[in-house]
Amino acid sequence: MGVFDPLLELLRGLGTTFKMALDKPVTYQYPEEKRPVRPRFRGRHVLKRYENGLEKCIGCSLCAAACPADAIFVEASENTDEKRFSPGERYASTYEINMLRCIYCGFCEDACPTEAIVLGDNYELSFYDRRSAIYTKEMLLEPVPSVEMTTPRKVEPGVFTRSVPEMKDPQD
Amino acid sequence: MAKQVTLTIDGKQVTVPEGTLVADAAKMAGIDIPVFCHHPKLEPVGMCRMCLVEIGRPVRDRATGQFVMENGAPKIQFMPKLETACTNKVEEGMVVLTRSQKAVEGQKGTIEFLLTSHPLDCPICDKGGECPLQNLTVAYGPGKSRFLYDEKMHLDKQVPLGELIWLDRERCIQCARCIRFQNEIAGDPVIGFDERGRATQIVSFSDPGFDSVFSGNTTDICPVGALTTSDFRFGARPWELQAHASICTQCPVGCNTTLNTRREAKSGGRIVVKRVMPRQNEDVNEIWICDKGRFAYHYTEGKQRLTRPMIRKDGKLTRASWDAATKLAAENFQKAKKNFVILASGRLSNEDLFNLKSLAEHADGKAYIYSHMGGGELTSLVGVGEGTNFGSMGAGTTIVVVASDLYEEAPVWYLRIKQAAARGANLIVMNARETKLDRYASFTVRYAYGDEVKAVSDLAKKGKIGDTFLKSENAVILYGSDGLGVSGSAALASACAKLLHDNGFTGRPNNGLIGVWGRANDQGAWEMGFEVEEDLAKAFKGKTVYIAGADPVADDPKLAKALEGAEFVAVQDVMTTATTEIADVVLPAQAFTEREGTLTSGERRVQRFYPAVPVTGEAKADFAITSQIARHMGIVLEGTSVSAVFDILAASVKSFEGLTYARLAEVRPQWPIVGRSDLYYGGTTYENTQGMGAQLSAAAGRGEKVSIPKVEKEALVRPKEKELLAVPVTKLYDRGTTILPSELLHERIGEAKVILHPETAKSLGVEEDQKVSVSFNGVNGEAAVKLTDTISVGVALIPRSMGLAIREPVAVKVK
Ligand code: SF4
Ligand code: SF4
Ligand code: SF4
Ligand code: SF4
Ligand code: FES
Repeated sequence: MGVFDPLLELLRGLGTTFKMALDKPVTYQYPEEKRPVRPRFRGRHVLKRYENGLEKCIGCSLCAAACPADAIFVEASENTDEKRFSPGERYASTYEINMLRCIYCGFCEDACPTEAIVLGDNYELSFYDRRSAIYTKEMLLEPVPSVEMTTPRKVEPGVFTRSVPEMKDPQD
Repeated sequence: MAKQVTLTIDGKQVTVPEGTLVADAAKMAGIDIPVFCHHPKLEPVGMCRMCLVEIGRPVRDRATGQFVMENGAPKIQFMPKLETACTNKVEEGMVVLTRSQKAVEGQKGTIEFLLTSHPLDCPICDKGGECPLQNLTVAYGPGKSRFLYDEKMHLDKQVPLGELIWLDRERCIQCARCIRFQNEIAGDPVIGFDERGRATQIVSFSDPGFDSVFSGNTTDICPVGALTTSDFRFGARPWELQAHASICTQCPVGCNTTLNTRREAKSGGRIVVKRVMPRQNEDVNEIWICDKGRFAYHYTEGKQRLTRPMIRKDGKLTRASWDAATKLAAENFQKAKKNFVILASGRLSNEDLFNLKSLAEHADGKAYIYSHMGGGELTSLVGVGEGTNFGSMGAGTTIVVVASDLYEEAPVWYLRIKQAAARGANLIVMNARETKLDRYASFTVRYAYGDEVKAVSDLAKKGKIGDTFLKSENAVILYGSDGLGVSGSAALASACAKLLHDNGFTGRPNNGLIGVWGRANDQGAWEMGFEVEEDLAKAFKGKTVYIAGADPVADDPKLAKALEGAEFVAVQDVMTTATTEIADVVLPAQAFTEREGTLTSGERRVQRFYPAVPVTGEAKADFAITSQIARHMGIVLEGTSVSAVFDILAASVKSFEGLTYARLAEVRPQWPIVGRSDLYYGGTTYENTQGMGAQLSAAAGRGEKVSIPKVEKEALVRPKEKELLAVPVTKLYDRGTTILPSELLHERIGEAKVILHPETAKSLGVEEDQKVSVSFNGVNGEAAVKLTDTISVGVALIPRSMGLAIREPVAVKVK
């Protein structure tokens, strides 16, 4: 080993340092700047609605049954045309997900027969206490497209009789 | 024993009794043949074609009748087509292939057809998760359908068949299990098929809809989610429910039940009972329960539940500690000496009653049972004992039902006696009026109200009826209180006991006397030595009274008045009642859903029930409350563990001798197989894993010398002119404290009634449904007139616990 060898190594290292200093940084200035997520990202759940504003969730509890972390609690009640939440006879009167238990596996999404529960883009999940980690139906439901489409609402009798819509196989 | 037949199913040699159906034989051997319409309790119909299998029969030589042999084995000839395993009986040498390619294809085809119009409803279907159609589709279905989705037949999805049962016409697979249950087992043919082909649908043709007290059972045996109860509808998914073994507390049959519970947001996060399901016990209720047992459990969760002890201070009930409340009660009980009276109801468990009775004995008080019926001493003496089972009664046995309308008073006994009659048992129904059981009777005996005792005493002398009775191997008599008060029924019991005793029908299995009591554990109270008091009003006056589980104030204004004049009243109950309102001390008790214990059924079977939900407030079990009071009085009664009380009880009450708490939890294999993965076969009735109970011995069975005391019968009531003879009768749904909180039943309960013969009504100038004023014995009230020609002229039937306080036959004025 020559006498100058350590010096050479030092300069080589510094070279990398200078090169990187001039490179475009990869750091995101979170929270001012947010990193976009991938199409299949699994973040906080959203309960979807149909275009007409009715809730897709029919309170079947299949998501709760599929959940390996026992994070979901569903309780169902009966729909009427006077007070309709979702198509068909049954709707979720209570729907809760405990985000501290959830492992974001997406099994609930797979189990849902109406594509009501979908794991969304939101990953900002931190809480000061355990209680606020429980998301209720109101917090999970997507906003209504317009005011007159809120649920529950009065609908024409005998129109929304089917709980499970005809669906295509998912594409992505 | 029936002749045995040996056949081969899927290569397995199976030996079963002659006459067994192939589907059942396979099940006995642990081989599943998928079925929908077949049910082991129903006659085979072969409607659904799900059970298609290949059946081969040995060829017989026409001349000799011997098997034709081939290569050393009988030659088997298979039918060219598949056959239904549920309609073919086993034959010697038969060969059945359930999984051959041909059979599998047949089964696949059947499922595909059944699903042509079936909705994709599983996610919202109450049956989803315990649905035979779901299970068999996964196990035997083709996985794909060649039919077009758009061509599905659409029918009504929300059809109330009555206020208790809903029908989804799209889900129905037309297996007719429900119709056949109603026709064959319940004997209430009130539903049937309408239309044809793909439009075939179930309709109810009774008014009110689905008018049967067994309607809930159809939801258990329906192999799909077509029939659901309005009580449970969308209440939970089956896999979310916990199961707890229990005993129905509504009548003396003691049906085994399972309480399904779940934590519920709607109930503020409490764990609640979501539904009551039958639990199999072939010795008691088979796989059935009545609608009262299924739907009238809501009182245990009502808002009226008592949650903490209370003491009356300055005329007002105020909150107190357990210690203070029990101490106050104890002080007063002690002070009372001989004037101490305990009134307990047959709603309490054996352990509760035992502690109460012990307290009365130690404190020198009296212990009364709150009952409208007497004669219980006799059911301990010559009652039915070990080995008695309606299910084993048939030819050679005589069943006498006297003064009881079993359909209304003990529905599951009605059902089982009807079955016994179909198996060949002689059924003698004796009553002053027509009852539903008459239809299945070999003989009916009509007497006039007041002549019950004479009718029974004369039974053996009555020509053909007498001969049948005397010649039979076994005989049981069920006596009730239809038209009778305490002394009337006591006299009747004595006449029945004498008849049985004189003719040797006691002390053996399937022989003896059964009381059709008003409450679930009345028999237990009698075993414990409680007595019945005809004039409770007199018994209360000026006394110190300890009431447990009874509501005399609401039942009878006379008793209310008497209790006002009592020295001190302590009331122990699960909920606020009119009686707790007037009490000096109120002690909150746990409901049967919250604790464990044992009950003695009318057939003298001791059975265990288990806790299902957490305790309400500070409530304690009845036996523990009594023990705590006793301790303040210096009397030691076990108050911590039910099994310990039971041990003491078994050691001190003769008929309980030899029983242990653990023995009551024993089970043995039962047929048909139900529940779990076998629910496609026997229905959603729960399998019995927590105990079938054990029967008590009767004095006659223990070889003790028995003498039947003669009871004077009460003086006949003679109505004056413009008066009628009013008699009390029992209705299944009444305004009792354990039924009324179940709102679902209100329509069936209805209002106070007085039931008259049309001619009586005509002479009084009143019409059906008209409101009339009724007055008797100082009781004045209003009631609606109901007409029926099944009763005699000049008599008015007044249902008990419906607002008119009738305790015994009386002369009545109807205006
Ligand atoms: S993502 Fe997975 S863990 Fe989270 S709620 Fe859904 S099923 Fe449960
Ligand atoms: S989110 Fe989907 S799976 Fe979950 S209860 Fe609602 S409909 Fe059923
Ligand atoms: S009856 Fe069975 S198969 Fe049909 S929708 Fe209900 S759960 Fe599904
Ligand atoms: S309602 Fe149920 S039990 Fe009755 S025929 Fe239809 S599928 Fe069978
Ligand atoms: S035809 Fe055999 S089960 Fe229906």
